[in-house]
Amino acid sequence: MPYDPSNPLQDRITDIGPKYFREFFPPVIEKNFGKWVYHEILEPGVLVHVAESGDEIYTVRVGGARLMSVELLREMAEIADKYCGGYLRFTTRNNIEFLVSDKAKVKPLVDDLKSRKFDGGSYKFPVGGTGSGITNIVHTQGWAHCHTPAIDASGVVKAVMDSLFDEFGSMRMPAPVRVSLACCLNMCGAVHCSDIAILGIHRKPPMIDGEWIDKLCELPLAIAACPTAAIKPAKTASGLKALEVNAERCMFCGNCYTMCAAMPLADEVGSGIAILVGGKLSNRISKPKFSKVVIPFIPNEPPRWPSTVDAVKKIVDVYAKDARKYERLGDWAERIGWERFFEKTEIPFTHHLIDDYRFAYTTWRQSTQFKF
Amino acid sequence: MGKHNTPMLDELEKGPWPSFVSDIKQQADKGKHILKEAPNDLLGIMEMSYVDKVTHWKHGGIVGVFGYGGGIIGRYCDQPQMFPGVAHFHTVRVNQPSSKYYTSDYLRKLCDLWERHGSGLTNMHGSTGDIVFLGTTTDHLEPLFYELTHDLNQDLGGSGSNLRTPECCLGMSRCQFACYDTEETCHQMTNAYQEELHRPAFPYKFKFKFDGCPNGCVASIARSDMSVIGTWRDDIRIDQAAVKAYVGGELKPNAGAHSSRDWGKFDIQAEVINRCPTECMCYGDGKLEINNAECVRCMHCLNVMPRALRIGEDRGASVLFGAKAPILEGAQMSTLTVPFMKMEAPFDELKELVEKVWDWWMEEGKNRERLGELIQRKSMQEFLRVIELDPDPRMVDEPRSNPYIFWKEEEVEGGWTRDIDAYRKKHLR
Repeated sequence: MPYDPSNPLQDRITDIGPKYFREFFPPVIEKNFGKWVYHEILEPGVLVHVAESGDEIYTVRVGGARLMSVELLREMAEIADKYCGGYLRFTTRNNIEFLVSDKAKVKPLVDDLKSRKFDGGSYKFPVGGTGSGITNIVHTQGWAHCHTPAIDASGVVKAVMDSLFDEFGSMRMPAPVRVSLACCLNMCGAVHCSDIAILGIHRKPPMIDGEWIDKLCELPLAIAACPTAAIKPAKTASGLKALEVNAERCMFCGNCYTMCAAMPLADEVGSGIAILVGGKLSNRISKPKFSKVVIPFIPNEPPRWPSTVDAVKKIVDVYAKDARKYERLGDWAERIGWERFFEKTEIPFTHHLIDDYRFAYTTWRQSTQFKF
Repeated sequence: MGKHNTPMLDELEKGPWPSFVSDIKQQADKGKHILKEAPNDLLGIMEMSYVDKVTHWKHGGIVGVFGYGGGIIGRYCDQPQMFPGVAHFHTVRVNQPSSKYYTSDYLRKLCDLWERHGSGLTNMHGSTGDIVFLGTTTDHLEPLFYELTHDLNQDLGGSGSNLRTPECCLGMSRCQFACYDTEETCHQMTNAYQEELHRPAFPYKFKFKFDGCPNGCVASIARSDMSVIGTWRDDIRIDQAAVKAYVGGELKPNAGAHSSRDWGKFDIQAEVINRCPTECMCYGDGKLEINNAECVRCMHCLNVMPRALRIGEDRGASVLFGAKAPILEGAQMSTLTVPFMKMEAPFDELKELVEKVWDWWMEEGKNRERLGELIQRKSMQEFLRVIELDPDPRMVDEPRSNPYIFWKEEEVEGGWTRDIDAYRKKHLR
């Protein structure tokens, strides 16, 4: 029975959950499930995993813009049919993996992937993103689809990845470098534990749409949403119920705008980018750690955000040259000391970089150990 | 040349990295999607944002499918006259299969469905792991959902104040480090909590993520209210011959992960033994020894010598709670709560645990208060009482340094009721 608009609840099916993942396993994965012994990265972007049985599976990893068209997905399906028996997967970082059990097919697959380009000239399927290199930037929606962003997401990522392209296709960093972007502090992309985080921030307090605010919003919810208690009830000149913001208390988190559409805060010059560095998720050698703000603000510079691109590239270059093998960016900064980090990267240290929020004291230095 | 003049976006067609602009243009030119003008108008409105440096999307309205409170995010642009193709541009979150394997056949079915009912644009995948269908109109939602469930045997993901779509690493399907079956756990936990996923009843969002080992490829410790991270309790298995092969240079260290740069000859002392955070390893006379009781399972030695070292055999997971992004009280990582739990279907122990957590959070949590913030506000002690766990030094980095202990009356001999008159008989005013 096809869908009947006059009776939308007929034969309704709900709460069936996702497809069972094992339906999509290549046979060699199904056969060797839980029996993998080791893996090796044969070249950037190409891995082999070997099972107890001696079976092998080859993976060719390619980067992708997270915003993908159905046309591009169909092309992936066609490639998977041609080389991979129809199997592929996606990674957490928006890469695509083509899975091959026959080694002889790896080179033709890689050559084919590298040969495909968009009409505009960029690669459709750049091979890489493995080991101690710089893999794809995970990111959020930005100006393509979100109501709270301070910056675009896809465009900044495209510009930064163009400049890091050689690192995507090689493995010459001291350790993996994870770059992430969130277009506002809500961080639906959770970038706060990345080696390098590109974060959209606002710098102007919300405006109040006085004529509409009481019609559009639950005023007490907007008041309660403010973490610094900067919002209080007010009346407009014409006597309508409204709100006012104590601008000096505002930390520009945008939580009020999330609760109330009549309090927009994005702005052409007020909104822009902060750069955070030195976070990690893995427990390898050192514990997971947060990224730290090292550049408080870079203006929004569409279409290619040159200042942001340069800042990221500079940090990557200094780190790559100075860090020891296995040292993540944050481990390196801690070993040399943050004072040295700022010196080496030539980033100015300003008062904005000293914490003054909830856990501020835990980040100040209570020691006479420092470097001149 | 598209429908709109987009000189700024066109700059993003240059350079080697895949251009989303070129891809949207190819969909606009060749795609068979039903909402014909959507890709062109998306480019148009994005170009406008590139000029204005401010978004042109408005707050979402309440849209969805009957009976569900999540899975669809309403989205409208603020220039509907200029860009009618994206005037209504709702997002549909479709629950991805565990660890995102697909067959080409199924991928095409998803494409067909989305051509019939939307813009032809997607995110593969969204931040939480869903297949994201980007942009459709309200009238397409019910037919899309009908075909999704009837023809593709597939459900929507989560949004709003509910359980968000759980996510996992690829686990045992292709990784030798997986300490439990992350994919099966993710699948079964998702199915067990369909009610919580589709019908928002929580104070705010709640996320599960399942990492197979402490390398943490799915970032659960940073971004999930309940982080389940694989670990083991017994000894790392050592193949001494393979260790020697690494030392001798016959095997490539790090599985080749550093091979684009000349780091010199592999030095087991400098690169493995001296890097061990607990100094629990030594190498001499061609033999590697690990004092496993002191190992904290950081994974470094296993990552460097995957053919010589393997995870132990008494495997399970650590369960941590409370991670979140900065909104509102600051970013938090998850706190170690259950050091070790066996992870076997049907995962009753894990379910029992998370249900206790939810009961408490739904009772005590304020509107838009994440679990991690509630634990901070009410205390770790109260959290442990609620989930009926005994305190364990593994739960803290160090004991408290301030001595302000909130003693309970029942912990103090004789209680707190005292007689001031009796006191005054001995102690004159």
